[in-house]
Amino acid sequence: MPDQESQEIVLRGIGGSPGICIGKAYLVDREGVDVVQRYAVGAQGLAKEKNRFKTAVQRAKEELHSIIENTPEEFREHGDILETHVVLLKDKMLYSRTIDIIDKEKINAEWALKKAVAGLKQMFQEMTDPYLRERSEDILQVSDRILRNLVGARQVDIRNINKRVILVAHDLSPAETAQIQLERIMGFVTDRGGKASHTSIIARTLAIPAVLGLGEATREIRNDEIIIVDGTEGTVILRPREETLLEYQDRQVQYEEFRMAISRDSHLPAETEDGVRLAVMGNIELPEEVVSVLDHGGEGIGLYRTEFGYLSRSSFPQEEELFDKYKDVVEVMAPRPVTIRTLDINGDKAVTYAAQRPEENPALGLRAIRYCLKRPDIFQTQLRAILRAADHGNVRILLPMISGVDELREARQHIEKAAESLEKDGVAHNSNIAVGVMIEVPSAVIVADFLAEEADFFSIGTNDLIQYSLAIDRGNQEVAHLFSPLHPALLRMLRQVTKAAKSQGIATYMCGEMAADPIHIPILLALELEELSMNPQSIPAVKRMVRSLKAEKCAPFLEEALRLKTARDVMNLLRTAYGEIFAENLYAQGR
Amino acid sequence: MDELTRQVVIVNDLGLHARAAAKIAKLAQDAHSNVWISRGDTLADASSVIDILSLGCPMGTTVSISVEDPFDLDILEAIDQLIREGFEE
Repeated sequence: MPDQESQEIVLRGIGGSPGICIGKAYLVDREGVDVVQRYAVGAQGLAKEKNRFKTAVQRAKEELHSIIENTPEEFREHGDILETHVVLLKDKMLYSRTIDIIDKEKINAEWALKKAVAGLKQMFQEMTDPYLRERSEDILQVSDRILRNLVGARQVDIRNINKRVILVAHDLSPAETAQIQLERIMGFVTDRGGKASHTSIIARTLAIPAVLGLGEATREIRNDEIIIVDGTEGTVILRPREETLLEYQDRQVQYEEFRMAISRDSHLPAETEDGVRLAVMGNIELPEEVVSVLDHGGEGIGLYRTEFGYLSRSSFPQEEELFDKYKDVVEVMAPRPVTIRTLDINGDKAVTYAAQRPEENPALGLRAIRYCLKRPDIFQTQLRAILRAADHGNVRILLPMISGVDELREARQHIEKAAESLEKDGVAHNSNIAVGVMIEVPSAVIVADFLAEEADFFSIGTNDLIQYSLAIDRGNQEVAHLFSPLHPALLRMLRQVTKAAKSQGIATYMCGEMAADPIHIPILLALELEELSMNPQSIPAVKRMVRSLKAEKCAPFLEEALRLKTARDVMNLLRTAYGEIFAENLYAQGR
Repeated sequence: MDELTRQVVIVNDLGLHARAAAKIAKLAQDAHSNVWISRGDTLADASSVIDILSLGCPMGTTVSISVEDPFDLDILEAIDQLIREGFEE
């Protein structure tokens, strides 16, 4: 009979944050609370079980009272919330109902409480008012507190993780990640989520490995078992064999050594052997990520995606809130530039409250600049916040999805209008800032010469540009392999854009994933791009690559590459010409 | 019956949220008999925060509060005042 325990299993997901970790799995259950056990209680045990529950509530109440007493005056509001929690503890819909469930179903207190809360949660989710709907949070927090007291010393709460573990969850909300003592976490494994999810961002910021989008990981992985997480490859290995463990331990050490080596020189400038200097910057989604950009040697923010400020909330954010966020980023980075891309929603990042009617083809629908031009109120709010933040540092505006000159003109009018209204209101701002066009729609490439006359800079967004020019949906596994930045059509487009920009004397930057891969650097140098922007973790390897190249050799190389007819030929040429230099840099990507 | 019931409009920005409901529930828990709060046809026990929350009352909603025992008129008055004053927010 085969030994089930020793059966090694490899789960494949999406690498959310690179690196390798080996450790004990810590399972957070599907509801995001914790693993609660269910067991039957005999008739004679019921009174005892109910008492156990009442004692736990009493203890929770004492805890809350002592927290309230120790809350200083200036945090009275916080105290108010805790007073509310005290009242909630004994609320009949929670308290009496749990006791009823213990009685009727003859089950343990933990499960009865969980059941009572599940019923309430359902009720709240059906509420129409978004603010009230979110109040179920208070009830969850109260029930968590009771639960912790019920389980006692076992400390199941994720806030109280007291050993280094790999967190395994169905999904993690920003609220949950905020509760976790992150220094205790070696890695993240989740059923849901992708590269741009909140968990990935947090993991990358903390430089701990994460594998997401595994589907059924929470079913397969058992609490406390040793698992291997390879965030570079996007795999999780369960019940590893001895030799697999040894292999990964080696790779873990190598990866750490490599990362240390690379971060030692990440603050050196990206200057080629023959003295051509390139600015290497970071792409961010959350204000917190600026730290990671600076740590990795980033020289500014080449792309600040502002959509996150609009996600996971019930209504559009106010100007003040946006201004605070932008100002944070701008101040920390100053005097380095921060390129703020205006709202790009209703494409791949649908915002539920903004959805008007479902679109059959969202990538070709009402998104980004089109959406903003149609909703000037929302656009104005953001533009005012950006212009105000511009008073605190070095800000540029980047307009997404521009397909022609008319959109650029119209957007510029909106920017002027925002500046005028700020002027009229007497609010401090700076409207003397660069306004650039994101080159990501093929039509923008074709009319790049016109756009260059009226834009202050170009930033090429390769991800969408490739998707739209090659007609490939990267999310579609059937065609994803055709997605290639080295397609001859793309190389021609890149050259067309940089030529158009040069003839008008404006700069061209790149902020797509193409810029993050060291293998593309010789081509990007030949195109004379002035700035490359990427996820912060890729910065050191790209800088290193730039330092090991000669710019004068790249130009003729590009001419040669442009004569090749397929992406594969271009790749082969790159490998032949720069193979040795890639070898060490490619390891950075873990490939 | 009429003097045991009051109509009142929720005036605070956040509506009947948890902290506001907790203030009502605290008062109602001291009553001799039941205290009810209703929105349209939906009736909630005013001593339960969760039950009050389940009414889902944003700003501008009219609710009626009622007590069963004339002895609890003071409590009715106190709740009425609390809501009219917007929960001192």
